[in-house]
Amino acid sequence: MGLRETAEEAYREALPALATSAVGGLFAGVVLGGMRAELRAVEGLLVLVPALLATRGSVFGSFGVRIATGLHQGIVEPRVDLGDERLRAAATAALANGVLVSLVAAVLTVTALTLLGSPVAPLPVMLGVALIASVLSGVVLTAVVLLVVFAGYRRGYDPDTFVGPVVTTTGDVAGVFFLLVAARTVLALVDTFGGGP
Amino acid sequence: MLPVLLVLALVELGSGLVLGALEDRLLRSPSLLVLVPVTIGTAGNLGSILAARLSTAFHLGTLSFDPGDDTLVGNAVATVALAVTLFPVIGLGAWALAALLGEATLAPETVVLVALSAGVALAVLAVAVTLATTYVAYRLSLDPDDVVIPVVTNVCDVLGVVVLFAAVVAFT
Repeated sequence: MGLRETAEEAYREALPALATSAVGGLFAGVVLGGMRAELRAVEGLLVLVPALLATRGSVFGSFGVRIATGLHQGIVEPRVDLGDERLRAAATAALANGVLVSLVAAVLTVTALTLLGSPVAPLPVMLGVALIASVLSGVVLTAVVLLVVFAGYRRGYDPDTFVGPVVTTTGDVAGVFFLLVAARTVLALVDTFGGGP
Repeated sequence: MLPVLLVLALVELGSGLVLGALEDRLLRSPSLLVLVPVTIGTAGNLGSILAARLSTAFHLGTLSFDPGDDTLVGNAVATVALAVTLFPVIGLGAWALAALLGEATLAPETVVLVALSAGVALAVLAVAVTLATTYVAYRLSLDPDDVVIPVVTNVCDVLGVVVLFAAVVAFT
């Protein structure tokens, strides 16, 4: 294959997935653009955004690939059955990893900004936002990954080819949306019970 | 999985801090804030697609590290062409969405210019990082599937924010 054909094939094959994921990214951006009040109120929250989104992508991308491998090996049945121990273990591990890494990212953000002498919200506020955002988006992403992987598999598609783009796209949108929900919840709690800055 | 995730969180904190340094400007111009997730995401995707294709070619034995290699140059050219196609549309989309929310403070051509210049710079960097990482993996006899994709995706994530920062500072 010559240079021109190689370039054209690579271009054609990549464009649909990139365009789809860009649409998802733009919607995530709209939610981010709409939460400027929360970003101002919780100082340092913007610093946490890349870590939260990347964690979401890695944890649930790996969860999706694991489920896909289980399907290929015939050890996972393509239906949502909460009694299935393997499925439950994989989902719990993904959720736990997501929450734990988000909490660590919150601690790292507060530490780094404090060391740099930049203004940052108190640690409990950042931890609260990271906790609520990671639990809610984790539950939704677990459900989305299972439903999409099973539905695709039953229709005869190989989940390996679509799990990545599905997770990055829904992960970005759900990640930013639940970050907004979490920030509003924590700000409301701080307002009600005091103790905030 | 957990140790990898923790290292990743640390790396992403770096891009978060760059974003934090831009916070005032981003909060003043919602079109630019809308650009943040999509720029990071597309940069990572461009890098990971190129890395996956080069890894496969490498496993098939059809890749050689030679500036005249068709697979190498063809995929690199496609990556830059994809960025040139997608980023102006992304910039216009970000401006239009911000305008729909009634919050577009910048001219559309400014947002398109920021998106396009960041996108092209990112594509060139993604090519460089992917080639360098694939070459190192090859030299050290590591399986590029295990090494290159995670490294490239995360480096591109961080570079996405840094390059966006540079484009915002240069053009707004």
